[in-house]
Amino acid sequence: MPERRRGVTRRQIIAGFFTLLGLLLIATNAGGLGAADPTTTRLGFGVPGPVIEVPTTLSLTVIGVIFVAAGVLGFVPASEQASTPALWLSGVLLFPTVLIWAAAGKQTNVITMVSETLRLGTPIALGAMAGIWAERSGVVNIAIEGMMLTGAAFGFAAFVFTGNIWLGVLAAIALGGLISLIHGALSITFKTDQVISGTVINILAIGVTGYLRRQFIVDSGGGRVTLPDITIPGLSQIPILGPLFFVGKPIFFGMLIIVVVTHLVLFFTRWGLRTRAVGENPKAADTVGINVTRVRYIDVAISGLIAGLAGAWFSLETVGNFDDGMTAGKGFIALAAMIFGKWMPFGAFGGAMLFGFAEALQTRLQILNVQIAGTPVPNQFLQVLPYVATMVVLAGLIGRAVGPAAAGKPYEK
Amino acid sequence: MTQNGQDRPVVLEARGITKRFPGVIANDKVSLTLRKGEVLALLGENGAGKSTLMNILYGLYHQDEGEILVNGEPIRASSPHDSIQRGIGMVHQHFQLVPVMTVAENVILGNEVTRGGAILDLRRAAEQIRTISRQYGLEVDPEALVADLDVGAQQRVEIIKALYRNADILILDEPTAVLTPQEADDLVRVMRTLTSQGKSLIFITHKLREVLEVADRIVVLRSGRVVGETTPAQASEASLAAMMVGRSVLLQVEKDAAHPGAPVLEVRGLCVRDDRRLMAVNGVDLEVRAGEILGIAGVQGNGQTELVQALTGLRVPEAGVVRIAGQDTTGATPRRISELGVAHIPEDRQRDGVVTSYQITDNAVLELYYLEPFARGIVRDDAAITRHAEQLVKQFDVRTPSVHVPASSLSGGNQQKLIVAREFTRDLKLLIAAQPTRGIDVGSIEFIHNQIIRKRDEGVAVLVVSAELDEILALSDRIAVMYHGRIVATVQNGELTREQLGLLMAGAGTAQQ
Amino acid sequence: MAQAVEGRTPSGPAGFRAIYERYSPLLVPVLAVFTALVLGALMIGLTGGDWLAAYIGLWQGSFGSPRAIADTVVRSTPFIICGLGVALGFKAGLFNIGAEGQLYAGAVCVVVVGTVLQLPPVLHIPLGIIAGALGGAAWAAIAGILKARTGAHEVINTIMLNYIAIRLTDWLIKSKTPYILGDPADASGARTRFIADSARMPGIPVGDTTMLHLGILIAVALVFLADWFLKRTTVGFELRTAGVNANAARYAGISVPRTIVLAMALSGMMAGIAGAGEVMGVRYALNADFFSGLGFDAIAVALLARTNPIGILFAGLLWGGLLTGARLMQVRAGLSIDVIKIVQALIIMFVAADQIVRFIYRIPQRRAGEETMISKGWGGG
Repeated sequence: MPERRRGVTRRQIIAGFFTLLGLLLIATNAGGLGAADPTTTRLGFGVPGPVIEVPTTLSLTVIGVIFVAAGVLGFVPASEQASTPALWLSGVLLFPTVLIWAAAGKQTNVITMVSETLRLGTPIALGAMAGIWAERSGVVNIAIEGMMLTGAAFGFAAFVFTGNIWLGVLAAIALGGLISLIHGALSITFKTDQVISGTVINILAIGVTGYLRRQFIVDSGGGRVTLPDITIPGLSQIPILGPLFFVGKPIFFGMLIIVVVTHLVLFFTRWGLRTRAVGENPKAADTVGINVTRVRYIDVAISGLIAGLAGAWFSLETVGNFDDGMTAGKGFIALAAMIFGKWMPFGAFGGAMLFGFAEALQTRLQILNVQIAGTPVPNQFLQVLPYVATMVVLAGLIGRAVGPAAAGKPYEK
Repeated sequence: MTQNGQDRPVVLEARGITKRFPGVIANDKVSLTLRKGEVLALLGENGAGKSTLMNILYGLYHQDEGEILVNGEPIRASSPHDSIQRGIGMVHQHFQLVPVMTVAENVILGNEVTRGGAILDLRRAAEQIRTISRQYGLEVDPEALVADLDVGAQQRVEIIKALYRNADILILDEPTAVLTPQEADDLVRVMRTLTSQGKSLIFITHKLREVLEVADRIVVLRSGRVVGETTPAQASEASLAAMMVGRSVLLQVEKDAAHPGAPVLEVRGLCVRDDRRLMAVNGVDLEVRAGEILGIAGVQGNGQTELVQALTGLRVPEAGVVRIAGQDTTGATPRRISELGVAHIPEDRQRDGVVTSYQITDNAVLELYYLEPFARGIVRDDAAITRHAEQLVKQFDVRTPSVHVPASSLSGGNQQKLIVAREFTRDLKLLIAAQPTRGIDVGSIEFIHNQIIRKRDEGVAVLVVSAELDEILALSDRIAVMYHGRIVATVQNGELTREQLGLLMAGAGTAQQ
Repeated sequence: MAQAVEGRTPSGPAGFRAIYERYSPLLVPVLAVFTALVLGALMIGLTGGDWLAAYIGLWQGSFGSPRAIADTVVRSTPFIICGLGVALGFKAGLFNIGAEGQLYAGAVCVVVVGTVLQLPPVLHIPLGIIAGALGGAAWAAIAGILKARTGAHEVINTIMLNYIAIRLTDWLIKSKTPYILGDPADASGARTRFIADSARMPGIPVGDTTMLHLGILIAVALVFLADWFLKRTTVGFELRTAGVNANAARYAGISVPRTIVLAMALSGMMAGIAGAGEVMGVRYALNADFFSGLGFDAIAVALLARTNPIGILFAGLLWGGLLTGARLMQVRAGLSIDVIKIVQALIIMFVAADQIVRFIYRIPQRRAGEETMISKGWGGG
């Protein structure tokens, strides 16, 4: 589609953002440089573990200068070679910057922060894998939110009825798969617009899970145990990496495995090749005898199974209860993570962790009781963070990220 | 090869194939036979039913009546999978390739080389592809990304795909439509290699010259029926054309010498990027004068699309200047350019030129809807729009029961006539026609060609862009050849032969420029 | 491949055919509702309920008495107006899932105008409506601008804007240092201050709890205005063209980015007006969960009406009726109100996948020209 482009480019917007942010940092911190007793931020690494003391104002000023430099470089025409890495570096620096700023005069544990990020990013990463499976086969799945919600509700209900939490997880996975088949039927067989079909599933999920909760779950009391922690012997002793990746709950481990398996299957197996072909050019697949409908159904079902597992993360791994709408838009954020990762499993995992960080930051800032201009930042502002981050990421990336060519189009012979 | 090879065994036979689509009979009791080692040409106009017939043979569609025999055995090909099993391969007109995957991945898709039945073995696949390449002289790198290949190489991948599946019968659907004359010659060589090794080919085309050149036998299809069978020895271009259309056709457009006036379109150093941000147009200079037709010849995908988009305001150029009727229109909006008296026949009419779900009325004022008398302020005047549409339909012979039917109910030729009607009845200084007769019937082609010449004679500057060299030769007063985003030659029509033009289109001779 | 030209139309005498052609667009939605109700009855029956009593209760509770009708009309008003907004978006090829957020954005503006200003009703009421319209339009325009400038899909952005609007409204209401919109006199702290009497919409009381307010008249007026706008104005033509074929729109000299922003703003404006109606006609204050789920109801209404403005009037009434009648149904048949939610979900499912309904009742395909374009896949371009 030809696009008339004029005015500012995306690079200039990003460059402008960092220039302004850098100037702001310099303006608010440079004045305090000469102070006799400079504030420091203590960054801890594990308990017990090393603590690094960072002079707050100095480091923030230095970072501010880096931001301005990268930003100005971004405005120089034909400077892509130098300014692209500079802007990326600035992006990465945002994370420590926020921590140093928020924990000024206090101590904060970096390892815990990373660990929180990984855990809060789990449902988003799973949702993104669900998105990748569906979209790589050419079916836009905007219904991940609804599939997660269904999984969360039915998984919890199954736990309540059977008393076995693992059966609950299985039920969550199964229900996710089942409801994804409705999406499959609507969008593949009946050729309904895929976004509409997804929205219908989301609405249906709200109705059905609400009914289930009021009819069966509320009376049962709720407030149950969650899935147990698992510590992998040996590996969990590795400093830093051990507590991050080898201690945790089962769905978290499941997520790590699914990310790797998704990548391997997609790019190194026959099924992956067929999935990608069907998502890019279904006609080409059809003409060599591949059953496009079958591939799409199976991939959408896989997508639903994974989304159902993500649902279990909410009710069975984290909260120990089911609430209406408890997925709180994570299914949509997962789609943003998928786009961020350009439909690649590891990239999408990275995107999910970006949003996980925004979530973790929200709680951390609350705990640190961060103040701006002497008044505490309202909770609601912090809660908005992941949603704003999603919009920024989408606006910053979608034009460049090109998804599977046939995604969104029903296949007609 | 013997003249008609009656002694060779029949490998494929179609008997009384009938296929109906809602409202049309695409194939009406079509019968044909294919013998081992021969090239059977299937000739017919757009919409004659050639592609439908081939899709049935290949199992993509299912015939309503009739039967197909492969090596004497009746088959009911219900899917391409069955046809592949029977040794039928097809090279589609629109390549069925996945651009973001490699050649090897494309070739093995659906018939993968694996370890343990699940894990891809791309190294072994590449070996097998290289073997086929050597055997049939089809040069291609198995590890290359299909998106990076030129059109000729992509076609070779398609042929390898069929051979990899051990196809003995190859159906080539309009294989030369996207090739330069030289690439087409290479294809003919490949076809000869294939038949000499015992493969049988069905060659679908509407180009008469090629049929006479490569076919052993010719079957002509018209309106879904077989209207004749002949051999190159017995046929001539004129006789084939008459058979194809059902009446004798003018192969040449009648026109007088041009009387060029002042320059209307001036382009200097124009550079335009495509959707992938690559420089598709790279320093183009052009001039079109009032009362002349400049034809841009070139194989599709050499920047013509982006050039036209830049001239009509659909794409903002990277560098250079465009002046229309003395005004600088570099990067101007489509509306401003249109209001200067520029008409645009877009190359893809269904995408750009008409809104297929809209009635003819709305399509008749697609870019004039906001002007008097079709609107006052922001309120539309439906009566005035209907009157205008009715007048266009009458004047340009658009065949339709009413102006209140959706444009999708018109045939391709009539849709194109509607666009031409809309564009030609405005007050024009410049006409930009991209692929003005692509995919339409001969009658409509003649009509549209004559209308373009008439506009020229009225003093309009005309820029025609076409991938059909015959169309460029028939219409143009001057010809510019475009290759890789540049104009590699500009000549008076008649200065160069079609072979010389073909060489330029293929990039030969650019070094001397 | 051959060009398939015309779809099948049922054979029969010309008179019947003309009637069929005229009313065929109604067929699928009506049958979808019917099928959903049958399935709902089946579900009630199978789980041991009395479906007949339930449906009689549903009817009496929604349209069975003047009081019920008034309740239904009041309940339907925001569905109709928001449904119109969603439909305007669909016409331009945009899928606005953000009516909920736009309702809050509009309602917050209305509360500000309604609590801060002191004006005579003739000025205060229109000003309140305008404030709501602008608030909703501005909030939706954010998603429109992002789509137009960067290609970011409006579905995700409008959902994100929903969450953001809800959180920000919550803050505006609950903030105590200082109080912003919250009412210090309200112990629960869950609502804003009440708007001035002069900003409350006039209405006719029906029964002791229902006030049939001005909103429904505004809704009807907007229905006809939207219909006229789409069919009879050049701007409506631009919007439809951009929606059905953006390439052709560009070719025709229409600025597609501008049209996207405009369509999004108009769509959000409707939601904002609906928010104004709810605050000024029903609640006189705002609470951060007033509009929960309304955005999805609006989508359902727009789909049920196949984005036809006049159809939305009826679809909205049906939707409001189902929800209003559900209460009496609950009393009569002892069923959860959620049963109606499921019936509603089935209705949307059948309407969205009209192929299912066509398959069940053997209805031929529509012809190409009648196709209602709803939305497209993802994407950057």
